[in-house]
Amino acid sequence: MIPAAFDYKRASSAAEAISLVGQYGDEAKFLAGGHSLIPLMKLRLAQPAMLIDIGRIKDLSYIKDGGDFIAIGALTRHMDVEKSALVLKEVPLLAHAAGYVGDAQVRHRGTIGGSLAHADSASDLPATTLALGATYVAQGPKGERLIAAADFYKGFLESALQPDEMLTEIRVPKMNGAKWGFEKFNRRAQDWAIVGVAAWRSKDASGVALVNMGSTPILATSVSAALKSGASVADAAQLAAAEAEPQDDLNASSEYRVHLAKVLVRRALEKASA
Amino acid sequence: MTMTENRQNSVIGTRQLRREDPALLTGEAKFTNDLNLPGALHLSILRSPHAHAKIVSIDTAAAKASPGVVAVYTGAELQSQWAGPMPCAWPVTPDMKNPPHFPLAASKVCYVGDGVVAVLATSESASRDALDLIDVEYKVLKAVVDVEEALSDANIIHEDLGTNKSYTWNLKIEATEGCVEDAFQKAAFKVSERYVQQRLLPMAMEPRAVAAVPQPFGGDITLYSSTQIPHILKVMAALTLGIPEHQVRVVAPSVGGGFGSKLDVYAEELLCMALARKHSLPVRWVEERSENSMATIHGRGQVQYVELAADKSGKLTAVRVRIKADMGAYLQLVTPGVPILGAFLYAGVYDIPLAYDFSCDGIFTTLTPTDAYRGAGRPEATYAIESAMDALARAMKIDPLELRKRNFIQKEQFPYTAFSGLTYDSGDHLQAAEKAAGLADYAGIRAQQAKQNVPGAKKRLGIGMSSYFEMCGLAPSRVLASLNYGAGGWEAATVRVLPTCKVQVVTGTSPHGQGHETSWAMIASEKLGIPQEDIDVLHSDTAISPLGLDTYGSRSLPVGGVAIAGACDKVIDKARLIAAHQLECSADDLEFAGGVFSVKGSPDRAVPMAAIAFAAFTAHNLPDGLEPNLEAQYTYDPPNFSWPFGTHMCVLEVDTETGQIEILKYVAVDDCGVQINPLIVEGQVHGGVIQGLAQALFEEAVYDTDGNLKTTTLAEYLVPAASDVPSITTAHTVTPSPTNQLGVKGIGEAGTIGAASTVINAVVDALSGIGVTSMPMPASPQTVWRAIQSAAQAK
Repeated sequence: MIPAAFDYKRASSAAEAISLVGQYGDEAKFLAGGHSLIPLMKLRLAQPAMLIDIGRIKDLSYIKDGGDFIAIGALTRHMDVEKSALVLKEVPLLAHAAGYVGDAQVRHRGTIGGSLAHADSASDLPATTLALGATYVAQGPKGERLIAAADFYKGFLESALQPDEMLTEIRVPKMNGAKWGFEKFNRRAQDWAIVGVAAWRSKDASGVALVNMGSTPILATSVSAALKSGASVADAAQLAAAEAEPQDDLNASSEYRVHLAKVLVRRALEKASA
Repeated sequence: MTMTENRQNSVIGTRQLRREDPALLTGEAKFTNDLNLPGALHLSILRSPHAHAKIVSIDTAAAKASPGVVAVYTGAELQSQWAGPMPCAWPVTPDMKNPPHFPLAASKVCYVGDGVVAVLATSESASRDALDLIDVEYKVLKAVVDVEEALSDANIIHEDLGTNKSYTWNLKIEATEGCVEDAFQKAAFKVSERYVQQRLLPMAMEPRAVAAVPQPFGGDITLYSSTQIPHILKVMAALTLGIPEHQVRVVAPSVGGGFGSKLDVYAEELLCMALARKHSLPVRWVEERSENSMATIHGRGQVQYVELAADKSGKLTAVRVRIKADMGAYLQLVTPGVPILGAFLYAGVYDIPLAYDFSCDGIFTTLTPTDAYRGAGRPEATYAIESAMDALARAMKIDPLELRKRNFIQKEQFPYTAFSGLTYDSGDHLQAAEKAAGLADYAGIRAQQAKQNVPGAKKRLGIGMSSYFEMCGLAPSRVLASLNYGAGGWEAATVRVLPTCKVQVVTGTSPHGQGHETSWAMIASEKLGIPQEDIDVLHSDTAISPLGLDTYGSRSLPVGGVAIAGACDKVIDKARLIAAHQLECSADDLEFAGGVFSVKGSPDRAVPMAAIAFAAFTAHNLPDGLEPNLEAQYTYDPPNFSWPFGTHMCVLEVDTETGQIEILKYVAVDDCGVQINPLIVEGQVHGGVIQGLAQALFEEAVYDTDGNLKTTTLAEYLVPAASDVPSITTAHTVTPSPTNQLGVKGIGEAGTIGAASTVINAVVDALSGIGVTSMPMPASPQTVWRAIQSAAQAK
């Protein structure tokens, strides 16, 4: 519960944060809501020498209509995503999933950008934004670049972000009335999902992504392909784990996870087809 | 007759908010780690990462050179500090094997978390940082994790003992020799079940914290500790450290929960005291959460073999029980006695002939020591008998409620001496069961089940029940003597009426969440006729309350509360003499009501307690020979345990596709006799039920085969939150205890005693139609799903 010693700097803008991280390199970690990083530090599983606090950069907390997409500032708190009228109207699946992150305290402190950049496959929002085909905006010393969610997750807690880059915005395509389902299976409401599913379906397309079914969030492309070729929901759901490589842990064996994925994908798609 | 009968405007029995709560809710309450102790050194402890290993060498040079570090000690270096090993107060058999256990391991570690090196530094982070600089070389030995495998002695933990078995404790009660075996031979129905009581982490919200402060003026040392047992700790710490008892003061500030885990004498308490004396400075320690999972005792940890014999009508004719009890690596304060407490409850609430055969092996493993945890032996016993009753009902193909009704001890049979030899003072199990069945709509659920639980059903409905007796109010001292326990079971109280008629109630109980300050003031107010707000309750400091046996085993009210009533009686007796003197009448002519003495038949000749208190203080005009001041001390040794009882029922649905359980209704009907404060009773039932339900569905201290604890944070150890548990329907029957003047029984452990078997019985009830006849705890979704899968394959 007592972290190793570290230094602390507070950045007042994204540019200042990027300049600071350039200065300290690998020794530095960004601190936003702190709900992933601080527990790891208290367990001494993470021992950054420098914390760059970006939590008070005001102009990175927003939700805007970007035309085809909704633009969400990286420092927007989960609770603001959950309650936003704009998100509820245009990307209801994301608003709903944001309401399942951790508990109320976590949702008031934790940020969407922090959750995505932490790249934990057991978190709800990486898979949800992946299912929705989101694009992330990363800012580095040389300016901005866009990274598709499908290209972002590289491995366990590993993303496509360079050490001197910061996630600044999340662009989520509007759902245009597509129906959706979200299933989070866990033993306690506040926990990470044992298995989770975010799914949407329109007349001719669908997106299905899985939480905690591998070292990264998993896009269940076989399910979508089967649906496109006319398979029933029940049959398509049998392919739920085709792309997954689930782990064993205290709550679930990989075998049980595969079973759950099939059941939960079916349930999510039934909701998205209702 | 109890004191509340025929009494108008009684304080007792009113729902009152607790006087403790404003300070707790606003953060004003002071816990051990809130004490401001300038100049205190911080203790950190390097713990063994191995379950079983020899210490080859320890290099502390780098740690000693680390900034802020004052001293670093190995176990060997501190060995001279101890007058004796750490105490076990309950040698259950004369030949019980008890390995010497010191605050730091000197040559060998026996569980992950065993203390190896102590670091003292000027700050908490400096002492923590230094731990990373200590280099210990271990020779790793094979871990002993499975309690039944340990019995083979293939791998002996404490070589000097020559065995991993600490003791075997037997209790065989037979009306005629061989009648147990006869009953099983002749039984129309038999069940033979194996149950595992998984290890649980007590997980008090406040981890343990200790501060030892050398006293510059008189005495030797004051120990502040987040403990349930300041009085017992004072004696034991004095003996272990070789300090005269009267020079040790122990204070328990606000304590954030214990559940039995703070009913112990811990290494860190002794280390802080020894090092504070050595350095002549305050020394403090606070446990980290992960450290708490390994260094604080665990609860449960038993394998139970239970056999029931019954005649053709289902009447029980004999009970046979074999227990393999996991002691962990060492015997803590009452470790060996925990399963023995359960031995007296395997008769459950049933009328069974004298045909009982119980045996328990206490066995060492290379895991954290076990000890008392809410219920301590009694939830385990109740789980076994109540689960076995359901198994018997299934074997007989009759309804489990009907089977229980055929076996209940009838109301008219009380006081009833059970086959275990103890006498149940009172009870009415049929009433409790019928009340619970009504609230749970037992008949309606059975009808709904017939419709819903068809082949292929995605959601199967189940209802489970448990009828229990809680043997609590520890305990009659003579009974404890017969069990070889190292102390008595009385409780002390002092009631002091101050000159202005304000009252101090001094108790030997030591609350850590129970609301004693509220309840004890209610008792004294009722007795003395003095308003509650004029009554203060003093506790948990051996300098203020020198006599006491502390709080555990649902003893505080039926022992400590009754002691307060007794002390009040003595105060009233003395006040009556002064009143008679002032009114110039005979003491026998006085009646006392509402805090006023008056002459029978002449209510205008009266004197209030306030006038008597002041007269006792001035002592200007007291009866000849009467001591000044109005104060009395009373010690109460209960003639019997107290026997709360009840029936719990749970209705739930199982999702057969995923194994997930949803509790639809939980009904708790509890009878704790007269209730002092029903709001506190409800709180105790809620908390206890949730803790029992947590054992059934959520919690388990999981070890791997190398003896590593895998559940060391609250992300892995699943304590349910409010959002994860059902709302609980509480109801009560009231059968006053005939053995004490308040008519009260304990309620602190009843919920945990009833809940685990209630929930698991409901899960099995939901699934028995598809071939699932047992369910290990915790019944996690994966565990339930696997049980459904293997039952389907077995068909």
